Amino acid sequence: MFVRGLKRKCFDGEEDIEGTLAGIKAIPSYNLQRQSLLDMSLVKLQLCHMLVEPNLCRSVLIANTVRQIQEEMTQDGTWQMINTQSTGQASLDRLVSTDILCRSSRDQAEGKHVPAYGTFSKDFESDQAQESSETMSTAPSVQAPRNLQSNMWEMENPQENKGNFQKSLDQIFETLENKSPNSVEDLFSEVDNSYYDLDTMLTGMMSNTKMGHCDSLDTFSSPTNTASNSNCKSDLNDLDHIVEILVES
Amino acid sequence: ADIISTVEFNYTGDLLATGDKGGRVVIFQREQETKSRPLSRGEYNVYSTFQSHEPEFDYLKSLEIEEKINKIRWLPQQNAAHFLLSTNDKTIKLWKISERDKRAEGYNLKDEDGRLREPFRVTELRVPTLKPMDLMVEASPRRTFANAHTYHINSISVNSDYATYLSADDLRINLWHLEVTNRSFNIVDIKPANMEELTEVITAAEFHPHHCNVFVYSSSKGTIRLCDMRSAALCDQHSKFFEEPEDPSSRSFFSEIISSISDVKFSHSGRYMMTRDYLSVKVWDLNMENRPVETYQVHEYLRSKLCSLYENDCIFDKFECCWNGSDSTIMTGSYNNFFRTFERNSRRDTTLEASRESSKPRAILKPRKVCTTGKRKKDEITVDSLDFNKKILHTAWHPMENIIAVAATNNLYLFQEKVN
Repeated sequence: MFVRGLKRKCFDGEEDIEGTLAGIKAIPSYNLQRQSLLDMSLVKLQLCHMLVEPNLCRSVLIANTVRQIQEEMTQDGTWQMINTQSTGQASLDRLVSTDILCRSSRDQAEGKHVPAYGTFSKDFESDQAQESSETMSTAPSVQAPRNLQSNMWEMENPQENKGNFQKSLDQIFETLENKSPNSVEDLFSEVDNSYYDLDTMLTGMMSNTKMGHCDSLDTFSSPTNTASNSNCKSDLNDLDHIVEILVES
Repeated sequence: ADIISTVEFNYTGDLLATGDKGGRVVIFQREQETKSRPLSRGEYNVYSTFQSHEPEFDYLKSLEIEEKINKIRWLPQQNAAHFLLSTNDKTIKLWKISERDKRAEGYNLKDEDGRLREPFRVTELRVPTLKPMDLMVEASPRRTFANAHTYHINSISVNSDYATYLSADDLRINLWHLEVTNRSFNIVDIKPANMEELTEVITAAEFHPHHCNVFVYSSSKGTIRLCDMRSAALCDQHSKFFEEPEDPSSRSFFSEIISSISDVKFSHSGRYMMTRDYLSVKVWDLNMENRPVETYQVHEYLRSKLCSLYENDCIFDKFECCWNGSDSTIMTGSYNNFFRTFERNSRRDTTLEASRESSKPRAILKPRKVCTTGKRKKDEITVDSLDFNKKILHTAWHPMENIIAVAATNNLYLFQEKVN
């Protein structure tokens, strides 16, 4: 059923290659299959951000699949060019990968978008505080890797794929650079709808703003009271995360 | 009728509760055998219907909280009333279902129609008497356990001490006392400090049927952790870790997704537990962590269709599974309104269909077969003609007899073993 050497993946063996020899069905190359799966996954992640309440299990599974594809592409050497850029982009990557899991797409971000694939590296060891300053300084350099990536995609894929892919990327990997939450209300309105990010946000919010007058937050303090969890040590990280969002703007 | 989202027999099997997407709970009661209607034994009729959860709006997140009932669990009966726990994504409620078949008459301070009497018109006192009335079943909420879950609750499980229960969401498990609503104890927390590092979530949790200190929880990576609450207050360290090593020859990009466990159930004996992942059901011996003792393929013919199932999101469907009373047979659902039973000793498996066309009342169900090879025999169904919108996610088995409840979207089917 499958060409020898192809891993048994995805396709149910019924793909038509667009525009090729009429009447002859050919099994698409493994790279194309993998690419298509990647596109599908990214679209799914984007869609699940549009839902009112994204299903966390589903999002995590899809994100893991995307990571897997990215890792394999890295091993294949497909992502070599992207990886050389990864050091300077560690901080942006961190923010973007938050996006992937948590953000509802505030889609039409003007201008700068970050190439995706560095973001799925799992080890984020950089210091939080250091990242804040790094973020601002690396922002202007975003354009360069993006061009590189576009070039690379031109080599690998037919035109349509590249366009679609870039569009998916654009929609999903929006940076926070254009946000300017000057007030608490702005911060609230800008924050996405994913409930699982709320935990992070709230613990950060409550420690760095004076919200005594806000009754609604008081009711939300009860989750942290009723659950004897170890939010204490994560508070600092959450706070830095929030500060990063603020600083970015 | 709304889509049924959970089905559960009580401890005696006389009551069957269903929860639906609209937040309603419908309880069925088994008819008693009577001489006048000998055939009616085994029939379940509606006993009580009530609205358990209403849709809520979370103002802080600007999100609706669905009223869909995710799980119902009965409490063992301790007096004339019945108690059950029902939960949606965020809030668990304890409901009391009680019967009223008498009413008081002859009040002093109010008329028969309920109007208050003028006190000075009361010239003599009388003792109200109890008169029989038509049976009325009342459901009243006794406790509301709220504000303890940031993420969506997927499981609740009553402890064998009958005093506590656990509730699990995607990242945390909390322990409650049935009498206390303003406090719960967090016993498992797998939320990483950085949410970007999140790669695994909790999918199901259950208390051991006999050991009140032991519970298990399953994950989206196909692992099960058994925890002992005596060892630590926060059970992040497991006592046992169950995982089957991956078969490298069948590895694909979907391996992790299909390994995600959608349900975990202890056997009644407490010696085994059963897990359901996308394509199979596995029985584990609690004393052996490195692999299951039995594996049953539910619908292996879907393995070559995983990409399509990923595309239409069916690959994320969460099927449940259940044991029969003696732990000799297990049951789980599939697509096309099919459900499967596996007899553990004989390894015999049966595929049955829950649909109006194929089940006339009192008619024996015909076994179904999905055609996996090229040649389709008569009465077989090809994989491509399966209806993936007709999925049986929720099934329940009577605790003592061979009566099963199968929820097919918005219909509930009850089947029982034919007794001659």
